[in-house]
Amino acid sequence: MSEEMGLEMEQDLERECALENPVLPYLRQDRIPHIWCPGCGIGTTVNCFARALTESGMNMDDIAIVSGIGCTGRVAGYLNLDSFHTTHGRAIPFATGLKLANPHMKVVVYSGDGDLSAIGGNHLLHAARRNMDLMVVCVNNFTYGMTGGQVAPTTPTGPTQTTMPYGNFESSFNLPALASACGAVYVARWTVYHVRQLAKAMREGLQKKGFVFIEALSPCPTLYSRRNRLGDGVDQVKYYKERSIVKNGADTKDVGLTYQGDIVVGKFVDRERPTWMDSMNEHFTKVLGNKFTPYGVENGQD
Amino acid sequence: MSGDEPKKGKGTVFVRAEVCKGCSYCIDFCPTHSLEFSREFNAKGYHYPTLARPEDCTGCDLCGLYCPDFAIYGVRWKDIEEKRQKAAQVAKASE
Amino acid sequence: MQADPKGVLTGIHFMDGDHAACEGALAAGCRFVAGYPITPSTEIVERFAARIPTVGGVFIQMEDELAASIAIQGGAWGGKKVMSVSSGPGISLMMEHLGYAFITETPSVWVNVQRGGPSTGLPTQPAQADMMQAKWGSHGDFEVIALAPNSPQECFDLMITAFNLTETWRVPVMFMMDEVVGHMTERVEIPPPEKIEVVDRKWTTKKPGEYKPFETTPEDPVPFMTKAGDGHRIHVTGLTHDERGYPAMTVPAQDKLVKRLVYKIRDNADKIVDVREDGVEGADVIVVSYGITSRVAMAAVEQARAKGIKVGHLRMVICWPFPAKRIKELAKKVKAFVVPEINLGQMVLEVERHVAGVAKVLHVGHAGGTVHEPDVILEKIMEAVR
Repeated sequence: MSEEMGLEMEQDLERECALENPVLPYLRQDRIPHIWCPGCGIGTTVNCFARALTESGMNMDDIAIVSGIGCTGRVAGYLNLDSFHTTHGRAIPFATGLKLANPHMKVVVYSGDGDLSAIGGNHLLHAARRNMDLMVVCVNNFTYGMTGGQVAPTTPTGPTQTTMPYGNFESSFNLPALASACGAVYVARWTVYHVRQLAKAMREGLQKKGFVFIEALSPCPTLYSRRNRLGDGVDQVKYYKERSIVKNGADTKDVGLTYQGDIVVGKFVDRERPTWMDSMNEHFTKVLGNKFTPYGVENGQD
Repeated sequence: MSGDEPKKGKGTVFVRAEVCKGCSYCIDFCPTHSLEFSREFNAKGYHYPTLARPEDCTGCDLCGLYCPDFAIYGVRWKDIEEKRQKAAQVAKASE
Repeated sequence: MQADPKGVLTGIHFMDGDHAACEGALAAGCRFVAGYPITPSTEIVERFAARIPTVGGVFIQMEDELAASIAIQGGAWGGKKVMSVSSGPGISLMMEHLGYAFITETPSVWVNVQRGGPSTGLPTQPAQADMMQAKWGSHGDFEVIALAPNSPQECFDLMITAFNLTETWRVPVMFMMDEVVGHMTERVEIPPPEKIEVVDRKWTTKKPGEYKPFETTPEDPVPFMTKAGDGHRIHVTGLTHDERGYPAMTVPAQDKLVKRLVYKIRDNADKIVDVREDGVEGADVIVVSYGITSRVAMAAVEQARAKGIKVGHLRMVICWPFPAKRIKELAKKVKAFVVPEINLGQMVLEVERHVAGVAKVLHVGHAGGTVHEPDVILEKIMEAVR
């Protein structure tokens, strides 16, 4: 049987039994195929997110997704949700406005490491500090992919980048430590090798109230790996498999990354703190009494 | 793979060859190593995955969860049968 | 429709322009403001922060103006009427997001209480030197609507107009105050809510699947809007996009989108412009002014009239779109225009462009820090008739 015939038979069976890829209902199918390179892991994180959406049992009309600019910034455009592709670095403040204006929405920020931690770094700190009720998924590929492989705040010391042609001599951010120090209530790191764990973290994130930060390490074969002779995308995922150490509850100050070194993954932080809106409602109720009507969906407002 | 053929393994995969970019995530991380690259190319020039050892496939859909291009997914035969019956009922009801 | 009574502080007040602007926003239905402190605009957000808990809405002080100017747009797509407030340096930081509001057609009011610039300049003193920034400050081709109030009463009244315009046309509306108007305290009369006409958002009635968020018709260049959570599963992007909101980075898509966005304002400029004229018919000289300078100009105009000079006054309540048609008409009838403004030549360039040599155009510039002395404007009027 030729391979082509095999494919046709698969399609017949799909039609006969009304089967489809479980990710498809979550995608704007008229926009697929996507722009991501062969071996890029962003699409894998999207599968995990779709799985998390299914398992969360949430109404898709109640979830909005906000992205910034960059390769991961394109995620919003492929998901069949209310989706916003904003400006470079500003996904978090846009999401903050959306959440506060329409509190019944679950607002997810889905963007890259450069977008969230360089140009948008300040917003990351302050949203975590406020415990704004947002879930942030940060796909970290250690580089600026869309603009051609420039050094990022997440690039480990060592590898070359187009703007660090002799190797990166800067130190990199430890994103989980940053998010945790600023007050995030849920912090996890997984890689695209850890698809089930990443999907589970995303489901937990969707169901968690407050500022959630999930870092997903993902290969950039075209710009990060090739420039540093690290092989294809799949070779990076194999590296994640071999060198990852699962340490749930690890102290985030111990989870910094080094160039091709060990990767501590796991759920690092899961705690409770009142959200910005909870604090506002509680405080205004205390000081303004019945002149104040608590704001937000739990209080019958919208 | 059609309904008449004897089924091998506990599940199978479905491939949309035209959107595959040949990254080999599914092949390398299939827990039962049942996938291989096709000999044929798709229109973009990539080899796509085929189920080389159907007897080993469990239909676990880990390939689907890995595939960054939404080009493959796995289903258990048990679930396919259920869906087949449901689809047949729907077809009958609409007649 | 009528104003929501919860936001309307009906009565006669003695308040400054910043506070009146805030009351105008509340009366217009603004229920979400994101701001960042900057002199001389801060009183607007301070008042909003104090008032909004009992009106029903949210104020948040963001970490910077970049955040504030995009948070309001999240707020608009979340369904609220929104505003951000700043001054020179902060407005400069907001410019990228002015373009985002334009290309995504996000209704939003942007208040600029102008102070002396450039850079940190004169934080506590007035200027009108951001007029061209309002029109050209973001990259790419775009249009805004810009209003220039000249009193606390107008800060209230025109703020309602500003919100109505942004909802009607779905372009960012700049509210170009200045430090003097912002800090001057005068009588402000706030009418009862039933006397305040507010424009509601142009909500779609289409069902999910039928609705395309950026679809328009030749008769109506302004698309209908929805909000996140209404089931339409919209996509909004700052990239050039098609009617569905999907990125479409092609020459035809750029041509179609940017032309529609720009010409929805240019082709409708006659419906938007607002000038207040005083004695322009039969005048030899017309003083063209806006904002606080219009009050000084009026003093000079009265002095000139006392000297027997036939001088008219045209005040632009809305500076952008520019009242080009009216200026062209008047150019044929007068000897000269005199344009006082607290900058070294901004709106005068627009007057010159449309007068196109048919009459003289004399600028009365001022580097900022205070308002003009009426005498310098009077001198130019005298020079114009010589």
